[in-house]
Amino acid sequence: MTSETSEFTTKNIYDLPPADLVLPDKVAGRLYTDPGIFEKEMTKIFEHTWIWVAHESELPKAGSFKSTYVGRQPVIVTKDRRGNINTLLNRCRHRGASVCEQKKGNANGFTCPYHAWSYSLDGKLRGIPYPEGYEGVVEKDEISLKRLRTESYNGMIFATFNDDAEPLEEFLGDVRLWIDRFTKQGGGYPVKVLGTHQFKFKGNWKIQLENTTDGYHFPIVHRSWMASVDQETADMMSFMTDPDCVTHDLGNGHSVMQMVPEHSDLDIDDGTEKLQDRFDALIAELKAAGADDAQVRKLVRSMHGTGFNLNLFPNVSMSISFFRVLRPISVNETWIEHVALGADGPDEIVDPVNRDRLRVHEHFQGPFGFGTPDDAEGWDRVQRGAQGAPEMPILVNRGLNREADSPEGWPTSHVTDETGMRAAYAKWKQMMSDD
Amino acid sequence: MTETLSPTSAPSVASVLGDPRVIRAVGLAWHEADLLDRKQYEAWKGLYAEDGLYVIPLDPETEDFDHTLNMVYDDARMRDMRVTRMTEGYAIAAVDAARTVRTVSRFIPVLVTDSEVTLRSAQVLVAYKRENHDLWASENTYTIRLSPLGDEIVKKVIRLIDSEGPVPAAGFLL
Repeated sequence: MTSETSEFTTKNIYDLPPADLVLPDKVAGRLYTDPGIFEKEMTKIFEHTWIWVAHESELPKAGSFKSTYVGRQPVIVTKDRRGNINTLLNRCRHRGASVCEQKKGNANGFTCPYHAWSYSLDGKLRGIPYPEGYEGVVEKDEISLKRLRTESYNGMIFATFNDDAEPLEEFLGDVRLWIDRFTKQGGGYPVKVLGTHQFKFKGNWKIQLENTTDGYHFPIVHRSWMASVDQETADMMSFMTDPDCVTHDLGNGHSVMQMVPEHSDLDIDDGTEKLQDRFDALIAELKAAGADDAQVRKLVRSMHGTGFNLNLFPNVSMSISFFRVLRPISVNETWIEHVALGADGPDEIVDPVNRDRLRVHEHFQGPFGFGTPDDAEGWDRVQRGAQGAPEMPILVNRGLNREADSPEGWPTSHVTDETGMRAAYAKWKQMMSDD
Repeated sequence: MTETLSPTSAPSVASVLGDPRVIRAVGLAWHEADLLDRKQYEAWKGLYAEDGLYVIPLDPETEDFDHTLNMVYDDARMRDMRVTRMTEGYAIAAVDAARTVRTVSRFIPVLVTDSEVTLRSAQVLVAYKRENHDLWASENTYTIRLSPLGDEIVKKVIRLIDSEGPVPAAGFLL
């Protein structure tokens, strides 16, 4: 027996329970291809833990709503008249029809199109047509839209079907510090959603989960993007051999990959970094709009976002300058959102900033970006290749030889290492083991 | 002579096929479609005016591409880089791109002058890769500058009917 395949064999690979398919340095390819495992993931993970559903900027006022999914279940996230955020199952209590088919908007409530049962923004059943048939049969206050627990941290809104889940802030733990750092890219203003790219690929959701903590692939898969950007941006992303670029395991399956550590905390600026030439026209516009040198510098240093990918288990990554949100469709199909972010401030300042941020986003992200299609090609290949030799492991052992605790106590290795994947799979193993 | 057709008026076949200015514009749109299906990207780039735009918006209604997120919003500089990306061999999605075949038809003249023609049209594209066919349907609007020196595309806007939903990541152009 080789050490590599000692735990998975052709004889045992289909008999091992899901949790046994994750080992400290490897996982079985079955994790990508087994429909039975996918079904268990939907209940044991996506209906059991905190799932990111919205950013607070997507719900700017009372009546704002957004349709999305928790795992495979359709939900509506709303802001009600009291300013509370609600996550409601998008399913009429009468015969099960969806009550909202708009992606986003503003509403006073939701009326089922089938028999016109109507619900308020917090999900309460308000009206039933021809109610005499329900007298003594249905009590309206007992059949609201199903509400999911909903909590938020620094603009990030999460929901869970699990009433026994730990408080969100406990689930996030040390991630909170990194969320706070991420939001500094507003350059002194809050961060807001500018738009969302959506694309799909024929592969398992965990292939995408791994990718945002995979520094190793960057200069290889993204050589085309690297060749197209200015030298300053290419230099910024040249982290392959820089020992200061590290990945931390933050616990609970979360991790952070610091590709540009000098931009991890955008408040720290010793003044030596030159603003990129590509933003000369923007700088002139900002100065003409009345921004002083310090504000211009703060905004322009943030144009590429932060210097890290913060990967939250299981469905969202706060990735440099955008959110990556994954939605599992089936064992071999996943839909992805790339949510573009900008600053929320006075128009004369943030309009030119956000316009240029949109162009930076379009350059890499989305179905026709210079980065995303190459990622998707890689993931498609993983799904196809992983059909072969199910006993042969997927390796997640890069950097085990140099992983050590940081002063904060976070297991840490180089940014090109697979510490973040190991963190996610350890959480996956724990959740898939729970009865 | 300028002819602006109201969006609700039904153009006669003669107004499309009987106007040599419209025929020139349709011919250029078909030529572009053929070059894209054959992945002749250098030649494709040459069809565009220096000030031309190639746009695949997300928002079905917007004309303000500057301030909205698009799938593609290419000026000459971005088109140059995109053609390099599609041809230089580094982009694994382009190296292993789907084969495509597209039909552009149902041309509606929107604005016809001696110097410029704007056409709405329907495009149906089928992309084949690895035992899978994907359907891409869009309304394409072409603005074509007519010139004795050679007609050029000054704006092409591709409005996918599913632009607000997830589409496959593509290694080809629409």
